Formats: sequence, structure tokens, C-alpha cells
Amino acid sequence: MNKARSNPLNAAAMHAALILYTLIALFPVFVILINSFKTRKAIFREPLALPNADSFSLIGYETVLKQGDFFLYFQNSFIVTVASLFFILLFGAMAAFALSEYRFKGNTLMGLYLALGIMIPIRIGTVAILEMMVATGLVNTLWALILVYTAQGLPLAVFILSEFMRGVSDDLKNAGRIDGLSEYAIFFKLALPLVRPAMATVAVFNMIPIWNDLWFPLILAPAEEVKTLTLGSQVFIGQFVTNWNAVLSALSMAIIPVLILYVIFSRQLIRGITSGAVK
Amino acid sequence: MTALTLKNVNKSFGDVHVLKDINIDIEDGEFVVFVGPSGCGKSTLLRVIAGLEDASSGEVRIGDDLVNTTPPSKRGIAMVFQSYALYPHLNVRKNMTLALKQEKQPKTVIDERVAEASRMLDLEGYLDRYPSELSGGQRQRVAIGRAIVRHPKLFLFDEPLSNLDAALRMNTRIEIANLHAQLSASMIYVTHDQTEAMTLADKIVVLRDGRVEQVGSPMELYNNPANQFVAGFLGSPAMNFLPADQVGESGDHIVGIRPEDLVVEGDGPLQAQVRHVEELGGDTNIVADLSGTSVTIRQFGQFAVRPGETVSLAAPESRRYRFDGAGQRIG
Repeated sequence: MNKARSNPLNAAAMHAALILYTLIALFPVFVILINSFKTRKAIFREPLALPNADSFSLIGYETVLKQGDFFLYFQNSFIVTVASLFFILLFGAMAAFALSEYRFKGNTLMGLYLALGIMIPIRIGTVAILEMMVATGLVNTLWALILVYTAQGLPLAVFILSEFMRGVSDDLKNAGRIDGLSEYAIFFKLALPLVRPAMATVAVFNMIPIWNDLWFPLILAPAEEVKTLTLGSQVFIGQFVTNWNAVLSALSMAIIPVLILYVIFSRQLIRGITSGAVK
Repeated sequence: MTALTLKNVNKSFGDVHVLKDINIDIEDGEFVVFVGPSGCGKSTLLRVIAGLEDASSGEVRIGDDLVNTTPPSKRGIAMVFQSYALYPHLNVRKNMTLALKQEKQPKTVIDERVAEASRMLDLEGYLDRYPSELSGGQRQRVAIGRAIVRHPKLFLFDEPLSNLDAALRMNTRIEIANLHAQLSASMIYVTHDQTEAMTLADKIVVLRDGRVEQVGSPMELYNNPANQFVAGFLGSPAMNFLPADQVGESGDHIVGIRPEDLVVEGDGPLQAQVRHVEELGGDTNIVADLSGTSVTIRQFGQFAVRPGETVSLAAPESRRYRFDGAGQRIG
């Protein structure tokens, strides 16, 4: 047992640091939440006060639900995020499996090429991407966003997953081959379940930026029926007047689905199913 | 009938020539052990037989069929891995039945075979457990069970006991021997442990650097090794090798004497100084210095001797092996 770990003083200091960090990280979320339940005046008079009988108001939520097609935005964001994550994980894991499992010419080079995207921000190519989307008629469709986010997420996904795929025991894969599983079955039934924690990590890494992104929805899909939540909330932010009640309420509601997705993925992170696979 | 025939099998990885002209015949029902030091190619040879690696050249026949291009699952083999390689997300029953389900066997056959295998291996109470909930020995039995249910023409074992502790290793060794007797199937077993090889095998194949050094029954190899490598590899403690002039022979050959053939006698012709004594109760191993060469003497029973003392040794003429400079047996 590590001596530093069992020292109560060290443990206390460690927890203090972690709690402090948690407070700092949660503070903005907390401020958004409490203010979304207050009247406009109360928000500006005392931004840090909790809503009381006087200042409590659901006006922000009412505005959001009435004005703008909030549920459609919600649905759009959800579809884009989930579909992008699905493709990132599927193609990322497949590429990672191929790179780590098969010996072929240019294997290392291919791995490097696929990882190159980590260093080059995809937004540099925005103009070209827009031209491509226009040419293919994908502008103002959710597919435009899904494709771009998939491309954006793949490099890191391939990089992380191929490291984990290399850790999947060769004997296990060979046992599958002897038992008559096809290469696809080995991938889906043996390799994927074993790298599930890594997949959850990749999913969490990718989910938040996609959910929060304003750039690509604004450029590639600004039409009313394909607006994402982040873009949709912008209607309440004007050049001269901002409807803070509505903005804060919209943001508060936008937190919920990400939170749910995060809980789902983090359960996977924790589940240690790999123990006992091989000694 | 022949269970397996290897004809001029070669295997290279790039420039590295791992298997060199391997020729082996294995009869039906035989228990064959491939033994050799680490890196001698024995595991690669097993993988070529299994179809997990392709032979660079040569013929691999299982039964009468040429299987060079047949995928592993169609070769009628089953393999037990060193790391067990159980599917961690499937319980014991599903681990055992996966291959049968892939073969689309009817459910009654599957149930029957699982019942048969779990009875043989004492796994009846564990069928619904996951591999992580089993001990090392139980996992090993599940891995063997997964092989048995397939009723393969040929069992392949890849160092199956090296992850087990010493006591369990002996038990499992006996279980595998019993299993072979019950199933009367052909088995190939890879190990670097000469004890496993000697105790289990009908036939031992000694490999070194990708070449077959000698093939024969355990006692044939023990009593009549073809060269210095085989003589030194089989037997524990290992055979002593001494220059001819140190044991009173003329010539520049090397003389091999097994530790149990060196006898401590009051008027023996060889004088050795004791360096170290291992008392095992049943046997006593004495490590001694014979004119500069370290020799091991195995005495049966308990034997009072201390480091630093000098003992006189005799080595009967009939129990000597002679090797030339290249290590080949000459007498």
C-alpha cells in the first residue's frame, strides 16, 4: 500500500483541493440555474441571491417554450450529437482495430495520417467545407453537421482507441477465430466490449464540444427547421437588448440532456468488465 | 491413421526464419509434446497447425486433408491458450457453447456436450459464473472444457499450465493425462518444462532454433539422446558435461554423465570438492567442483556431506554418453 495514500493529512489536503475545484467548476452552472428562476430585475439587483418568494419567476421558461421552436432545436441538437458520436465511435473503433490487429504495408504511416487531424483544427477548412456542402446540397441539413463533427472527432478517437485495441489480448482474438467467429464478429463481440471504457472516454470528450458548438450550425445549417439548441438560444441575445431570463432558462434546459448522456457513459467508464479476461 | 502430418514446413517473418523444414507425423490418439527453450519456434509451430499463422512453405495435413488454406475454425481443432483467453463478458456455459452455436449445432447436442464436459471437469456448479469470478485453476478447466465440447480431431495446448502455481500444476497435469486417456483424442502440447514433457507425452519432439532435434518416446530420448542439446535439456537436474581427460578417457570428446549415475564411493577414481548441498529428504543433490568443472551429483535418500569436503566419485562406463565437438552423439 502506498504510504502517501494512507496518510490522513494527505487525504484531507487532496479532498480539499478536489472540493475547491468542484466548487469553482460548478459555480457558473449554479449562477445560471438560480438566475433562470428569477425576474429580470432580481437578476440584475442581486445576481448571486437565491430566488425567494418575491423574485421567483418562471417568465424565462415561459418565453423559451412559447417563442422559437425550442423542442425542435432540442431534438436537432440531440440527433446531431448522438449520430455524430455513433459514427465517431463506430468508424474510430474499426480503424483502430484494423491498425492494431492487421499487419499491412504502410500501417504506421496510415496511423500517423489518421492522427494528423488532432493537430489541425477543422475550422481552418470552413470555407472549403461550406463549398462542399453547397455542391452536395447538404447545406441546411442535419447531415452536414453530423458529417463535419464525425470528421472532427475521428482523429482523436482513432488515436486513443488504437492504443486500447492493442491491449486486447491476442489469445482472446485467436480463441474467437478458432471458435469460428468472423473478423467482424471478433470486432463487435470481443474487441468492442473490452474497450468499452475507452469508448466512453472518447464519447465524453467529443460530446460536449459538439453539443455546445455554435460555429458550424451558424454556417452550415442556420435554417429554422435544423437549428441546434445553441444556435436557437441566440435569438434571445440581441445587439441592443438581451432577454436574460430566456437565455438563462434555455441554457439551464440545455444542460439536462448532456448530463444524462454523461451519466450513461460514465457508468461504462466505471464498469470493470475486463478483469478476469486473461490472467 | 495419421492425425497430423507436417511436411517440410517453413515459416519466416520477414528475414527471420523461425521454422526450418519441420517434418512430423502424429498418429491418432497420440499425446505429443513439443518442448524446447524459449524462442525455439514451438509456439509458432502450434499456431501454424492451428491456422493462426500461414506456413511460408510446406504441407500441413490434419487427418487426410491438406489444410494450408483452411481457416482455423474449419480444421477440426481446438486450442487451449496459456492465458486461458476466456471471453470475459460471457459466462462459463456461453464460453463453452459459442463455437457450437457458430457451427449451428442443434440445442440438444449443445446441452449434451456441455453436460458431458462439465461433468468431466467438475464444473457443474460454475456454469452460470463469469470468468472473473473463477480461480486460476477453474479458468483453466473452463478453457479445456471449451476445447472438449467441440469434439475436435486434434487438441492443441499452448503452455496451459505456466500460469498456475506449483501444486495446482501437478493436479492439472494429472487431469490432462486422465482426459487424454478418457477421450483417446490426439493432442499436441507445447511447453518449455521438461517435467511436463516427460510425464505427459507418448512422443516428445525436441525443438531448437526452429529445427527438430529429436523425436521419440520420453524414455528413448532420456536413454538415447541424439545429441548434447537433447541430453542436456531432458532430465532434472541436467546432465553433467565434462571434457574426456577429466574422467580418465583419452580424446577430445565430451562425456555426459547424468547426476544419478555419478556415485559417491570411498575408492572412486574422481575427486570432487563439495560446493553446495540441496537436501530434499528423498534425494540429496550435491553440487561439486571436479577439476574446475561444476558437476551435480544426485544421491538417493539422505546423505551427510558438507560444503568444503572432498568426495570420491565413480561413473560406470555403461552409463556414459560421448559427444563430438559439434555436439553429436558418438557413443
